[in-house]
Amino acid sequence: MTDQSGTVALNKPAEQQSDDAHGYYTRGENIVDGAAPTGPIKDRWTNHIFDTRLVNPANRRKLDVIIVGTGLAGGAAAATLGEAGYNVKSFCYQDSPRRAHSIAAQGGINGAKNYKEDGDSVFRLFYDTVKGGDYRSRESNVYRLAEVSASIIDQCVAQGVPFAREYGGLLDNRSFGGVQVSRTFYARGQTGQQLLIGAYQALERQVAAGTVTTYTRHDMLELVMVDGKARGIIARDLSTGEIETHLADAVVLASGGYGNVFFLSTNAMGCNVTATWRAHRKGAYMANPCYTQIHPTCIPVAGEHQSKLTLMSESLRNDGRIWVPKNADDCTKDPREIPEEDRDYYLERIYPAFGNLVPRDIASRQAKNVCDEGRGVGPKVGDFRRGVYLDFSEVIERTGEDKVREKYDNLFDMYERITGENPYEVPMRIYPAVHYVMGGLWVDYDLQSNVPGLFVTGEANFSDHGANRLGASALMQGLSDGYFVLPNTIRGYLADGPFETIDESHPAVVEARTSVEQRIETFLSINGTRSVDSFHRELGHIMWEFCGMERSEEGLRKAIDMIRELKREFWSNLRVLGSADTLNQALEKAGRVADFIELGELMCIDALNRRESCGGHFRAESQTEEGEALRHDDEFAYVAAWEFGGDEGQPVLHKEDLIYTAIEMKQRSYK
Amino acid sequence: MNLTLKIWRQAGATAKGAMHTYEVDEISEDMSFLEMLDVLNEQLNEQGEEPVAFDHDCREGICGSCDLMINGRPHGPEVTTTCQLHMRSFKDGDTIHVEPWRAEGFPVVKDLIVDRSAFDRIIQAGGYISVNTGAAPDAHATPVPREDAMKAFNVATCIGCGACVAACPNGSASLFMGAKITHLGRLPQGQPERDSRVVSMVAQHDAEGFGGCTNIGECTSACPKEIPLDVISQLNKDLRTAIRHGH
Repeated sequence: MTDQSGTVALNKPAEQQSDDAHGYYTRGENIVDGAAPTGPIKDRWTNHIFDTRLVNPANRRKLDVIIVGTGLAGGAAAATLGEAGYNVKSFCYQDSPRRAHSIAAQGGINGAKNYKEDGDSVFRLFYDTVKGGDYRSRESNVYRLAEVSASIIDQCVAQGVPFAREYGGLLDNRSFGGVQVSRTFYARGQTGQQLLIGAYQALERQVAAGTVTTYTRHDMLELVMVDGKARGIIARDLSTGEIETHLADAVVLASGGYGNVFFLSTNAMGCNVTATWRAHRKGAYMANPCYTQIHPTCIPVAGEHQSKLTLMSESLRNDGRIWVPKNADDCTKDPREIPEEDRDYYLERIYPAFGNLVPRDIASRQAKNVCDEGRGVGPKVGDFRRGVYLDFSEVIERTGEDKVREKYDNLFDMYERITGENPYEVPMRIYPAVHYVMGGLWVDYDLQSNVPGLFVTGEANFSDHGANRLGASALMQGLSDGYFVLPNTIRGYLADGPFETIDESHPAVVEARTSVEQRIETFLSINGTRSVDSFHRELGHIMWEFCGMERSEEGLRKAIDMIRELKREFWSNLRVLGSADTLNQALEKAGRVADFIELGELMCIDALNRRESCGGHFRAESQTEEGEALRHDDEFAYVAAWEFGGDEGQPVLHKEDLIYTAIEMKQRSYK
Repeated sequence: MNLTLKIWRQAGATAKGAMHTYEVDEISEDMSFLEMLDVLNEQLNEQGEEPVAFDHDCREGICGSCDLMINGRPHGPEVTTTCQLHMRSFKDGDTIHVEPWRAEGFPVVKDLIVDRSAFDRIIQAGGYISVNTGAAPDAHATPVPREDAMKAFNVATCIGCGACVAACPNGSASLFMGAKITHLGRLPQGQPERDSRVVSMVAQHDAEGFGGCTNIGECTSACPKEIPLDVISQLNKDLRTAIRHGH
C-alpha cells in the first residue's frame, strides 16, 4: 500500500501541450478545492466534520434552505435537514417527490460492509471507484463516499427498505460491474425504487412534522443572487403558470443529470439541465460536461418516433453471450439459423480474460464498431442496423429455462413487451444508450459550488465518478450526499446565517423574476413553424453523432457549427402554442431545450479540448494500435471547470489539478 | 395503422370538458401508446391546436406518472402501465377512447392530467418508519426472515399510479394504502408504529374523499404491479387490531 500520510503527491500537475479547442474558449485562473482537508485519507472526513462549525438547535429554525430535486440526493437531504430542524422548501417538477428518476435504477447499491468476508474494505471500494473512473475523480471525495457507504445501508434497512435476504435473515449481496467482491445490496431489479421510496417516506414524515414544505409540479427557472451569494430561486408553478419567488439562506441543487441533451436516453422524459444551467449562467462553473456514460445493454431503437430508450440490467451479461454475424449478408437472417461458425462472439474474441463482462465503456464501443462495419442486426434505422445479439440459448440449454426465468423473468417480460419478441426463443437485441453523466456543476469538498451558498449534490455535481461510473455507485453517491455529507457540510455555511433579510422588491430579485417572465414571453411570441420536440430531436442527433461514443476533432468542430445554427433557428422559428398562465407542457419543454442547446455546445468544446480517451470519453485521435482508449495523465489529469463567458463571449476554462496521494495512476487493461 | 382517437379535453380544473375526435395515421405497432400521443401532438401543433396534456415521465413502467383510462380501463387492455402499452395491442381502424383517471380524490388539472397529491398526504399520515438519519443500528442487527422480506418487497413495488382508485366503482384507495401497510407491517422495523399508522392513514384516506372498499376486486385486476387483494384484508385486520388496542 502507498504512503498514507496524505502529504506525498504521487503525480505531478498536468501540463497540457495540445490546444484543439483554440479559438473556442479563453483561459482563466486555476482553481483549488479550498475546503479540501489534508492528512491521512482515512481521517480527512472525520476531522472535517469536527472542524465544521455547528448551528445550535434553536437557531436552525431561523434558517431557510431551498432544495431543488427530490431524488435520492435531494429527498434524503430534505428529510435530514428537516429532522435537524431547519426550514426546508423542497421542489420537484413531477407531481410527487416519489416519481424522481432515481426510482428507475435497477441494479443495486454498493456498501463496503464486507459482510461476505471476501476481502472488501473501504479502501478497496475507494480504489475500485477511482480506477473505474479512469483517475479523473477527486480522491478525498471518493474516499468519503466509500467510508459513508456502510451507514447508508444501515439507514435504509432501518427505514424498511426490503433488500434481498438470505435464508438466515441476513442481507444478501451480489457482485456487480466487474469488481471481484460481493458488495452490492439489491432489491430484485428495483433497488432504485425501494431506496427512493425510503427517502420519500422520510421526506413526507418531515412534511407532516412541519419542517419541510414540498412544491411539486414546480420548475426552477432562475437562481437569485444577492451580493454574490445564492439567496433563492424563481420557480414556475407548472399547474397554474404562476411565477413564484422563493428566498432562503442557502440553495441546494439536487436536480440530476443532463443525459437528455441526447434526446434519446434512458433518462425520464422530464430530466433536464435547467436548474444547473441557470446557475451556470449566474457564475457557477460546469465541470467536465463532456463525460457521458453510455450503457451497453439497452433495447435498441426501433423506429423514427422512438421517444426513449430502456435499459436492461447489466446483470444479463453474466449469462448472455454477445455476438453478431461474421458476414454482413447474414444480418437479416433469423439468428437461430446462423451456424456457430458464422457467428462472431467479438467480446470473447478480443478480450478473452473478461469476455462479455468487460466494463461498460469498452462493451459499448465495440458494439458500435461492429454495427458501423455493417454487421448490426435488427431493424434498419437510418443507414445502419443498430443492434447486437445477447444470446441466452447456451445458458437455457445448460441450466434449463426455469432457472433463467427465476433469475431474470421481469427483464425478459419487459423486453418482450417492448419488442414483441420472446427472448427465451430468439436472442435479445441490445445496443448502447446514454445513461448517466459524470459531469456537472463544480463543487468543493463541502459540495459547495464556486457561488457561495449554492450547494450541488448527486448526479448534478461532478466530483465522485471521474470519467466513468462503476455499476451500483450512483445510488450510493445520491444517498451519501443527501443523508450524510451535505447535512454536515452545509452547517459550516449556515453558521454565518441568518443572512440579511431580503424581500421580493430587492433589485436582484426583481431582475431575476423579470428575466424569467421575458423569456417565457419570448417563447410564446416567436410564432414560427417548428415544434420544441423537433429541435430537441435534431440536437440529439448532432450530439449522438459527434459527441457520443466516439469523438474526433473534425466531428466536434462540425457539431459546434451545427449547434450554433440550430440555436439561431430555435430562437426564430419555434412554435409554442397556448398561454403562460396555465399548464403548458410545450412551454415547459421550450425552456429546457433552449438550455440543452447551450449545454450541447459547451459539451462539444470540452470534448474538443480533451485530446485523450478516458472513461466515457473516447477521442479517435487518442487510441493504442489495438484501438483501445489511450489516456494522457501528463496533459489531462485535471478537472475542466467552465465559467460562462456571456451570450456573445467564449467560455472560460479553469483547471483543477488532480493530485493523488493515496492511489497511484495506472492504465486500465482488460485484455 | 390508422386510428380514431376520442380524447377528453378540459382547459382547467373548473372548465367544462368534452370528448374531442382526432385521426392519426401511419402508427407503427412498435410504438408505445404515449409515442402514439406524441405523434398526435406533433400533428396538433402543426395545425395550430394546443397539444393534449398528459402525465408521463420515465416511460419504463416504474415512476407511476402515466395514468390514462383507455377504452374504460386504467392503462388500457393489458395489465401494465400506459407507457409499456404498445400499439400492437390495437388494430388498424380502431376507435380508442382516452380519458383521465375518474375519482373524486383525483380532480382534473387539465385534459388528461389529474391531481394525485392525496396519495402523498396519505403517506404523510403515517406511511413511514420513524428513524432519523444517523440513528440506525448496524443493518445486520435485525435479521428479517427471507420469506417476510420477500413478501414485503412484493407489495412495496406499488408505483402509486392510482389505477386501483380509477378502476374501483367506489373510488377507494384501499389497495394503495393496504400495500404500504402490509409492506411496513411485515418487517420488524415497522412494528412500533403499526397500530397508529393504520388508523391515521385510513382517516386521511377518508378525508381525501376516497370511497370505502366493498371487495369488488377491480383494483387488483387493474394494478400494473399485480398487488394482491389480500393487502386489503391485512389493512382491515390491522385496523381492527388497532381499535382493539384502544386507538
